[in-house]
Amino acid sequence: MLTTILFYFYATVLVGSALGVVLARNPVRAALFLVLAFFTSAVLWLLLEAEFLGIVLVLVYVGAVMVLFLFVIMMLDINVAELRAGFTRYAPLGAVIAGLMIFEIVYVVWVKHLGYDLAAVGTPLAAGESNTKALGAVLYTDYALPFQLAAVVLLVAIVAAITLTMRRRPGYKQQDVVAQVATRKADRLRIMKVEPEKRR
Amino acid sequence: MNPISANDFVLAAPEILLLGGTCVVLLLDLFLSDRLRQVSYFLSLLTLAATAALVAGLPEGRHFGFNGMFVVDGAARLLKLVATATVAVVFVYSRDYLIQRGLFKGEYFVLALFATLGIFVMTSASSLLTMYMGIELLALSQYALVAFDRDSPIAAESAMKYFVLGAIASGILLYGISIVYGVTGTFDLGALASRLDAGAASQIGLLFGLAFLIAGIAFKFGAVPFHMWIPDVYHGAPTSVTLFLGAAPKLAYFALAFRVLAEGLGSAVEAWQGMLVVLAVLSMAIGNVVAVAQTNLKRMLAYSTISNVGFILLGLLAGTPSGYRAALFYTITYVVMALGSFAMIVLLSRKGFEADRIEDFRGLAQQNPWFAWMMLLLMVSTAGVPPFVGFFAKLYVIQAVLDVGLTWLAIVAVLFSVIGAFYYLRIVKVMFFDAPAEEGVSVTAGPALRFLLSLNALAVLALGLYNSALIDTIARALP
Repeated sequence: MLTTILFYFYATVLVGSALGVVLARNPVRAALFLVLAFFTSAVLWLLLEAEFLGIVLVLVYVGAVMVLFLFVIMMLDINVAELRAGFTRYAPLGAVIAGLMIFEIVYVVWVKHLGYDLAAVGTPLAAGESNTKALGAVLYTDYALPFQLAAVVLLVAIVAAITLTMRRRPGYKQQDVVAQVATRKADRLRIMKVEPEKRR
Repeated sequence: MNPISANDFVLAAPEILLLGGTCVVLLLDLFLSDRLRQVSYFLSLLTLAATAALVAGLPEGRHFGFNGMFVVDGAARLLKLVATATVAVVFVYSRDYLIQRGLFKGEYFVLALFATLGIFVMTSASSLLTMYMGIELLALSQYALVAFDRDSPIAAESAMKYFVLGAIASGILLYGISIVYGVTGTFDLGALASRLDAGAASQIGLLFGLAFLIAGIAFKFGAVPFHMWIPDVYHGAPTSVTLFLGAAPKLAYFALAFRVLAEGLGSAVEAWQGMLVVLAVLSMAIGNVVAVAQTNLKRMLAYSTISNVGFILLGLLAGTPSGYRAALFYTITYVVMALGSFAMIVLLSRKGFEADRIEDFRGLAQQNPWFAWMMLLLMVSTAGVPPFVGFFAKLYVIQAVLDVGLTWLAIVAVLFSVIGAFYYLRIVKVMFFDAPAEEGVSVTAGPALRFLLSLNALAVLALGLYNSALIDTIARALP
């Protein structure tokens, strides 16, 4: 009973914050709403006894991805009015897609009611069993190959990103560490005498 | 819970060596001056040679490893051998081209080797999960390779298109995989097949997932209507990269289609046969007809790829062992022919000049008769003229389609290959009967490229004359 109440509470917050992401006028606010959405979905994972996924969601998405995202938003000079101008133009398309998705979800639920045998739902872990431990037990044994391959994919992503961005081009500014270390105070610093501002 | 055993390492030894060699090239390259860059090149070739030796030493028969996620069988061994040979040939072909354009960097070899690893993983995947990891490994390396020439805006544009469309296709494929998992409860292709045979899955759910899977496979292959990226990417990428894209990954995509459709969903053959028929007919039609109108050789060859993919799909859709063998035969011969055709562009290109327009080949027969004849062999074989290998590839595929009673499809295939013959023969006409351009065409390439390209073109004739050898090899690989 309590779980159900909690679920509906957090689900409402999740839907509300998801709407906030789309509707917020200020991009920083939209990003913060997204943080809230991630956080509430993490709580929903916890309610489903998938605590590992919940913790990872908070650590990775809220802790790392969204912080970077906020940095990017704050650094970019986004013209909000210009972005808004496209909103009404694309609104009908968005509505159609949203309608389609709602239809699909309803259809799936309806198909389920028809009695089609979708695969059996997994059995819950026994009390006291840790979800993280269960994942860890299969990650390096049963799923060792895909796990290692995922590591290789990440390595390729790093190599690709560096290959594509690290290059000499005109106007490229680079730190010259030697010059930085070898510099003397006199080269950079000039002592000025500043008159204190007079109170008007 | 099944820990990794020593047997797993034996089966995956080629992959482990390839990964290790790639990492060595990656690290060593950092410490090499531009003068010593050749070391990376030779080390990459050495890695491929050692990998091929290990593949040749794999145990005979069908073996599973890594808890059933990894399979070594005849098809995997053959595809891996062909893939390593293809990538090695690509490296030799592209060396001069890369040096002339200042692109001779270790990253080219590292990314291509990672892509080869992706191909290896895909050919040996016996679980949808492993397959997906292989696809991503291959795709990510390819995106980066296309954008490799950072100073070329057209390369950047085509890489962007490839990346965005490829990401959507990966998403679609993953969605299909998740639906198939949802209705059958397994990723394992063997278990999938047995559960389908037992009628455990709901038909509608399976069809739903299958549609997404086929869309994903068709995109990777470049079958119409999922072909939009092929001409732009082939045209925009540096020719040495196009050479790679056009050849080796086709082997992996054959493995993808074969493993997922034939091995995993083999009992649902009626469900996917119809979808593949549509894809194959459209690919042959659009590929062959649009190729006629191209003036750029790279774009023409891209449309030719699309039409050839249609033929590969013809073999697959037959759904019979002989059909799969015909499709594998077609894939391998197509790889050999594509390798030679794209290498001709590399051969005629020189610093600051891309010989990628058809008119660049004008009068080649007068300037350099030997390579004009080599190009003739390649073009005539791709058009499907006997006794070249391209003819036998088409013959076996059409035979397989006839065997399952799809006579109309065989007629359509023959009609479109006749249309296709026009644009291949136009190249021959341009080379032999047109007057050379004023500046002329000149071959500045090194001896390694000249020798290997001649060998490549002559192989098209030799494989045609002795096609039974290749057929026997394939029959042993796909019993």
